[in-house]
Amino acid sequence: MKRIRICEEHCIGCGLCEVHCVVQHSRSRNIIRAFREERDGIVPGVKVERDGHLSFALQCRHCEDAPCIEACMTGAMHRDPETGAVLCDTERCVGCWMCIMACPAGAVQRGASGKVASKCDLCIGEDVPVCVANCPNEALVLEDDGDD
Amino acid sequence: MTKTKYLIIGNSVAAVAAVSGIRQVDADGDITLISRETQHTYSRPLITYLLGGKVGEEQMAYRPADWYEKSGVNTMLGTEVTHVDPEAHTVDTAGGQTIGYEKLLIAVGGTPIVPRDVQGADAEGVFTFTTMDDADAIANYIEEREVRSAIVVGGGLIGLKSVEALIELGISTTVVELADRMLSATFDETASTLAQRRLARAGVEVRTSTTVAELLSENGRVVGAKLTDGETLPCELLIFAIGVLPATGIVQGSGIDSDRGIIVDDGMRTSAEDVYAAGDVAQARALLCGTNRCIAIFPNAYRQGIVAGRNMAGAEAQWEGGLVMNSVTIVDLPTISVGVTEALGEGYEELSQLNEVALSYRKLVLHEGRIVGAVFVGDIDRAGIITGLIRERIDVSEIRDVLMSDDFGLISLPAAYRERVLSGTVNRR
Repeated sequence: MKRIRICEEHCIGCGLCEVHCVVQHSRSRNIIRAFREERDGIVPGVKVERDGHLSFALQCRHCEDAPCIEACMTGAMHRDPETGAVLCDTERCVGCWMCIMACPAGAVQRGASGKVASKCDLCIGEDVPVCVANCPNEALVLEDDGDD
Repeated sequence: MTKTKYLIIGNSVAAVAAVSGIRQVDADGDITLISRETQHTYSRPLITYLLGGKVGEEQMAYRPADWYEKSGVNTMLGTEVTHVDPEAHTVDTAGGQTIGYEKLLIAVGGTPIVPRDVQGADAEGVFTFTTMDDADAIANYIEEREVRSAIVVGGGLIGLKSVEALIELGISTTVVELADRMLSATFDETASTLAQRRLARAGVEVRTSTTVAELLSENGRVVGAKLTDGETLPCELLIFAIGVLPATGIVQGSGIDSDRGIIVDDGMRTSAEDVYAAGDVAQARALLCGTNRCIAIFPNAYRQGIVAGRNMAGAEAQWEGGLVMNSVTIVDLPTISVGVTEALGEGYEELSQLNEVALSYRKLVLHEGRIVGAVFVGDIDRAGIITGLIRERIDVSEIRDVLMSDDFGLISLPAAYRERVLSGTVNRR
């Protein structure tokens, strides 16, 4: 499956990944409208962590033995059979936050409504996730581990 | 006699995970799943949401409707197993059938406790609450009798979620808890106080340090409860939520070793050859203390099911040890607790931050340079990073000063461990 490799030594902490993630998950897919009108309703699936000169952009690791799937009490958190991505079916999620308790990367968030979980979906429908495509310094790299 | 390669008794988390575990290794060996319950596999923790009307019956399914079929599972729902014979590799059902197996998994869960010494506990309107049938029965009773008041006996997690459902239905509810505070098994005192305060705001009365001594009934229906402190509370419905015991009855007379639960090794094998146990019925090694304990929580049941399934199919999967962890939202207050929630004596250290007005609290319990437990109330974001540090027993003495800071994150962690988390392999088994 496709995985995003994080190269912290290349990250300059610019935050463009977060910006593009918000736009991609907005209804308008327009940067100005996404930020002026829709920003409060979107929790980006990628977050830049910074500490002095060290920084990296973190999104769900789509783990092989995903603790969030194992802990999910409704079955909402599941693996997409085609892409291998770990996805949350928000129709079935009840916001029990077992996933937040279980994720060692801290990569599952409470969604903007506060009622369902929100996380990286590897940009459904895109060949390359927008955080990778728009990273100016190849600090996020798409790899295919060949495992399906 | 019917024969099957893999026989699974149970139809909840551990059973479902075991099917996945088997299929990861063996794509087409016969799997037969027997369950006393009649429903398609459903999410047990959602039963209180169902009662409260937060989810509909169509949302109860733990796996999609075609899941058994797609996984190649032959189901025998509504069938009770009465006897297991490990020598003969067979089980008997209440309907008089005998089924042969090559590998057997017992994943039958627990049975709710009803206190035997409480008089009147057989009155109508008295329930336990651990199955979808219970949810239906309680909902029907509430509707038929137009119930407006209820007592929930037990201030633990099941009790709390029951209370939440009842207040959602506009039923005035009192909690009766034997300990001196609610959630004493999973919370420290501060977190219990915050939870109790949130419930009080929602109009729930909590009576601690007391329990029901006797139930009062009229025309065979419960009308109140006499408490051990002498007081009498009226009610039209009473739910016992005082705990669940592993349903070990199924192995009685089979020669399979059981203590509190069915004893299993790190491969989820019982004392009998080709017989495995997983989930709430199993007594497996605990991560922090190393002894075999029953830790009846959802994520443990899933992991045990996966380990059992893989091993039944011939792989070499290892149970990494059970860790107590619970995430429960009280009315609208999210809480998470993991591991040891209070210093257990010398050598333990507690770090905490409390905001009483915002009902927000974070606490870490450290022992010999490692985090062994945590409590989060209100602010639960990124709690899993701490769970990971506990589970992987990471030495945090170097980063002790930043553990409680607002910008604590993965970036604060030792580089070698951070690298494992970022690569997504920290959980690989």
